[in-house]
Amino acid sequence: MNKTTSHIPLWLLAELTFACPVQCSYCSNPLELSASRKNELSTEDWIRVMRQARKLGAVQLGFSGGEPLVRPDLEELVIEAKSLGFYINLITSSIGLTAERITALKTAGVGHIQISFQGSNRESNKLLGGTDSFDHKVAMTKEVIKQDLALGLNFVLHRQNLHQVEEFLTMAQSVGAEFVELANCQYYGWGLHNREHLLPSQEQLIDAERVTNEFRKKYKGDMDVFFVAPDYYDDRPKKCSNGWGTTFMTVNPDGEVLPCQAAKVIPGLEFPNVRDYDLSDIWHKSDLFNRFRGTDWMTEPCKSCPEKEIDLGGCRCQAMMLTGDATNADPVCSLSPHHDEILRITEKAQRPYQEEETRKLIFRNPGNSKKIRAEKTELTE
Amino acid sequence: MSEFNLETASFKLNPRYQFQWEEAQQCHVLLYPEGLIKLSGSAAEILQRCEKPTTTATLIDELNKAFPGAEGLANDVKEFLADAQQQAWIVSVSN
Repeated sequence: MNKTTSHIPLWLLAELTFACPVQCSYCSNPLELSASRKNELSTEDWIRVMRQARKLGAVQLGFSGGEPLVRPDLEELVIEAKSLGFYINLITSSIGLTAERITALKTAGVGHIQISFQGSNRESNKLLGGTDSFDHKVAMTKEVIKQDLALGLNFVLHRQNLHQVEEFLTMAQSVGAEFVELANCQYYGWGLHNREHLLPSQEQLIDAERVTNEFRKKYKGDMDVFFVAPDYYDDRPKKCSNGWGTTFMTVNPDGEVLPCQAAKVIPGLEFPNVRDYDLSDIWHKSDLFNRFRGTDWMTEPCKSCPEKEIDLGGCRCQAMMLTGDATNADPVCSLSPHHDEILRITEKAQRPYQEEETRKLIFRNPGNSKKIRAEKTELTE
Repeated sequence: MSEFNLETASFKLNPRYQFQWEEAQQCHVLLYPEGLIKLSGSAAEILQRCEKPTTTATLIDELNKAFPGAEGLANDVKEFLADAQQQAWIVSVSN
């Protein structure tokens, strides 16, 4: 293939490591987690990747993971990224952060720190994240504000914590956060594995949105709150990452380049590695990035749909996971012949929230990864 | 939050925004958490003069010299600055 695209990968997500002190059951990382970090890209690899991405026109850089603070060379990478002209976002659990490290990261060039919370108080944050880190998160949130860095708080919502939205927003408001994202979890990787215990009822969602709207009214101008609804309850799908191969590029810890963080669930795709290829070749010429770019790959009902340019057929990974074929319409769409699968899943979620159910969540950690792998092998033998 | 008198105050580009020329997009941009604003040529001419503290009068003076004969320049600059203040792209410089 020799074509080039006019799209610019404005966003580079650098997943520096899969290692993470938090064990979120909704994590979008793959279930196959290596306990070893020996295959991670080196500092030199990342510097080369950032230079190539910048040349392609990438401007937004997200350092993520896993937990990016685990990398001792993070500050060095930030300095290089800043000198290249990136705007730098650090996406973190805050574990590993100290007042001194915030100062160092700010000096190095970080523009924005996003801190994630798993629960709205000490007990539930520990229960849902598998770490006793609530007080530290609050302290680091205050410290980032004190050091005058742009701060976003991220609260991933699901069946087990949707009732905590009010408590979370009250906490965010009391520490002076300007920007809060309430994002309903998506069902990839660990999130898909735990979907039965994560997918909320419609009633839970309606309640949480009502509380959010009341809060917005009350604190208008002081705090921006974004509420991202789960698409299982929509009747039209969301574009994949603003369109496959149009805006986003993710480089994972091992150097594989992905059009979206979840794309590894699609079988038969080859993920080019930054150790072997230049990012420009990967973006413009690889089979992977051209596979679902635009609308040529579509099958019916997307192919002749008047709305096909609006949502580009939705999420390819969701189509794969729920219909078995990545070229099908995203079954979230009510026009999809597989839409009844979504209805079947959501119907089961209409039971009320029960506290004990939280214990059924499978935490994301290397031990559980090993266990799941063993179970899968047993099933296929 | 960003209230100051544009007629009298000294102001500059908000340090929370990153202002730069983008070769790939052939325009100046303002970068902020997870987002970007593409700037028109005239917006960029104004904002690049706000990288150091300035005032409305100084800006109009400088731009008149750079673009002699541009009609309605003073009003366009004032209109843009009012909008930029609203968006918090510029902030007052306290003495």
